[in-house]
Amino acid sequence: MKFNEFKQNAANSRRMGDVIFQAVTKACALFLLVLVFAIGWQLVVSAMPAIKAFGWDFLLNESWDPVMGEFGAAASIWGTVVSSLIALIIAVPVSLGVAIFLTQIAPNFMRRPVGIAVELLAAIPSIIYGFWGLFVLTPWLAEYVQPWIYEAFGNWPVVGVLFQGPPMGIGLFSAGLVLSIMVIPFMASILIDLFNTVPTQLKEASYGLGSTRFEMISKVVIPYARVGIVGSFMLGLGRALGETMAVTFVIGNAHILSPSIFEPGTTIASTLANEFSEASGGLYVSSLLYLGLVLFLLTFVVLICARLMLWRLTYQAGGKR
Amino acid sequence: MKMQKLLVASLFCVGAQLASAQQVNGAGSSFIFPVLSKWAGTYQQETKEQINYQSIGSGGGIRQIIQGTVDFAATDAPLTAQELKENNLVQFPVIVGGVIPTHNIKGIKPNELRLDGETLAQVFAAKITFWDDARIKTLNPGLALPHKAITVVHRADGSGSTWMLTNYLSKVSNDWAKEIGSDKSVKWPKGVGAKGNEGVANYIKRIDGSIGYVELAYVLHNNMSSVSLKNAAGNFVSPTLDNLKAAAGNADWAGTEGMAVVLTNQPGATSWPITGATFGLMRLKNTADVNAKIKTFFSWSWRQGAQQAVDLAYVPLPLNVVEKIESNWKSQ
Amino acid sequence: MQWHYLKRRIVNFIGIALTLIATAFTLFWLVWILTTLIGKGWQALDFSMLVQDTPPPGEIGGLRNALVGSIMMCLAGVAIGAPIGVLAATWLAEYGRGTKLAAIIRFVNDVLLSAPSIIIGIFVYALIVLKTGGFSGWAGALALGIILIPVVVRTSEDMLLLVPDTLREAAAALGAQRWRLIVSVVYRAAMRGMITGILLGFARISGETAPLLFTALNNQFFSMDMSNVLANLPMMIFQYAMSPYESWQTLAWAGALLITLSILAINLSLRLFWRDAKKGH
Repeated sequence: MKFNEFKQNAANSRRMGDVIFQAVTKACALFLLVLVFAIGWQLVVSAMPAIKAFGWDFLLNESWDPVMGEFGAAASIWGTVVSSLIALIIAVPVSLGVAIFLTQIAPNFMRRPVGIAVELLAAIPSIIYGFWGLFVLTPWLAEYVQPWIYEAFGNWPVVGVLFQGPPMGIGLFSAGLVLSIMVIPFMASILIDLFNTVPTQLKEASYGLGSTRFEMISKVVIPYARVGIVGSFMLGLGRALGETMAVTFVIGNAHILSPSIFEPGTTIASTLANEFSEASGGLYVSSLLYLGLVLFLLTFVVLICARLMLWRLTYQAGGKR
Repeated sequence: MKMQKLLVASLFCVGAQLASAQQVNGAGSSFIFPVLSKWAGTYQQETKEQINYQSIGSGGGIRQIIQGTVDFAATDAPLTAQELKENNLVQFPVIVGGVIPTHNIKGIKPNELRLDGETLAQVFAAKITFWDDARIKTLNPGLALPHKAITVVHRADGSGSTWMLTNYLSKVSNDWAKEIGSDKSVKWPKGVGAKGNEGVANYIKRIDGSIGYVELAYVLHNNMSSVSLKNAAGNFVSPTLDNLKAAAGNADWAGTEGMAVVLTNQPGATSWPITGATFGLMRLKNTADVNAKIKTFFSWSWRQGAQQAVDLAYVPLPLNVVEKIESNWKSQ
Repeated sequence: MQWHYLKRRIVNFIGIALTLIATAFTLFWLVWILTTLIGKGWQALDFSMLVQDTPPPGEIGGLRNALVGSIMMCLAGVAIGAPIGVLAATWLAEYGRGTKLAAIIRFVNDVLLSAPSIIIGIFVYALIVLKTGGFSGWAGALALGIILIPVVVRTSEDMLLLVPDTLREAAAALGAQRWRLIVSVVYRAAMRGMITGILLGFARISGETAPLLFTALNNQFFSMDMSNVLANLPMMIFQYAMSPYESWQTLAWAGALLITLSILAINLSLRLFWRDAKKGH
């Protein structure tokens, strides 16, 4: 009897240990949901006065006038989207190239140091990117790069409108460039880990069939990893949308919506960073938080699109994750 | 053994917390940050009292003092007597400084370019777009002005300097007052926004034909070309410490409620038109000894720190104003 | 036939050349930024910097208070964020694998990962600073911890999923309780990767400025009191680099260089540790 009792107690305590551990881990996982919900809720509550005052027009209004109390997010949204797009256009091919080089092409002795160098780029605090951008990059852009681009493309019929404006070295293009430099190591490190999981047998099989190295990469490695590749780009985009310090110093901070990428602009995150401490008056602060809410929702939408794309790709590949 | 080490470490941390002197915290205007940190550093060496001030912007300082998260605040734009009463605050001027328009026109030396209030307003409002515009030429008959486009450089972050400048422009130009107005952050019709005084100085240095506005310290440290302005008395004056002092000297500190004197466009032959004071704010609700510490610090600084302020390109308050402030404190 | 083969070889050559250009492009920026950083910060980077506190303008000083404050807040942030992150990742990888709830939580985690750090700072400001009536190092640590959590969740989950199920099944076959096998077997197998993830998160939060703006503020003096304002490197760098005083500017760049070098040191020592451990297998 006693032994059976002992066995029963031991079994109970075993279940108790499992129950507790599972509950604790589940609570931590659910905490993430609670956290995001709480942040979103906090934003909505603080932005409510502005939402009531402006409604949906807030998203289309370009004017940002603290004196008159008229606020609109259009310039900030435009700047956020355009600078992030520029960043991705540059960063996507470059990070792919870097990851491919490091995992498939580089000789062994090169992999460690170059890999460390790429990670070092990710280690630099974002505020340094901002300072370096302001003091070093923008003069260089203003003197060499922007005039060259303007002369080469400025007079083209449709595309030319992108490059108008005096070459000041600051603006959406500079912000996009600095962002891309920040995002490249971020995406590259995810891609490197990804490419390292491609089974060697697949690669060798490809060689066995007589493919060149590039054909092996483009026809075996990349399709194998395409789900993760898209995922990494979306994470990079999310990072670019929210980056504050690196952008604030080089974007020119003008609340205007201009088709030229050499003109100054602003992003939601940099508007928040610049004006939140100083803002006095309920409507001003609340409009800034309305901006923050817009960015939060924008990130949500971008990531949902990414997930949908990933699910479609996984479904096509026949997998389930 | 590990347990013991952990225990000792935590005791050390607790001990350090108990041992640190009860610090006084302030926040607000970035304009006053250098001189306050200088005074606080010397004050701590002499009295061991720690007065910690951080710059988060005047608006931020006002918000924080109203919410009670800091012990005192500093703001470039003074609060009205009504606002002071509503929030139970005491206001007093701390130091005087100025905002200086600076330009980057090749070949024109500092203080050579002369502008008056109306023209300056039109330049900043992008109504005058080239440097060789007739309106600028009439003010500068002997100067060779190039046909260069004017790029306006303003502050991207909310700033007391912007407030001071736009306050002055609103006074001297009806158009500006109507169309743009005065605040720490305004809707600039054109131009680029730079972060902080340093950002503005940086942009001005690099953009040919630009004009912007910075504090005096930045003009001196970066060797920038300042503009001579026509003051209320009709004279063209350069931005020197003496001219700032002249503007402050004529002010009616005692007569204004809450001592909220705005020093832009002051009378006086040599007064610099864009002068302003930075104001300190204290809560009446603070515990008595916190306020006492703040008052002692400022009384000490006004007297012992005057030269340090001048070295950093600020104008210290004249002694009669200091005494007026202290007598106000006694009665509150 | 010859031409077809030649074409493939040309494509191969161009493709490889492009990846080389991409890598050179990246390294170009790295070298440029690093030389700027070192050039501007090297002068002030010496031992005296570590024993003196941040000075008023025009005086010599160091960054001891900022360094100590940053270390304290980052460690506290890791202490807050890492356990929650690891446990959440455990649920995602072990108990919740394949469930819809797990997919939702993973998505939410990505949103948190991409959230601008300034919004998290404002959130903690409303939650803690306003309620407790003052800025504090704890609020700063909390903001940093919240930023750390999604990073840790992501890397830990990936590491845990890499552990083959056969190990779990073997432990179960030996009669181990579920939680026991996770802690003793799976954690141990994934430990190196998870620690790398946590340390990379630590590197990320050590450079964050925006969240500290409204939570910990900054302190001119030396203090180890987390319940009050706390000095930190990012805020110091931000304020000093934007000032007109040379001594302050040099100190700011020195601080930035210090952060970058420390993170590099952590990365390198991790790799060495991992390599030795791998050899020992």
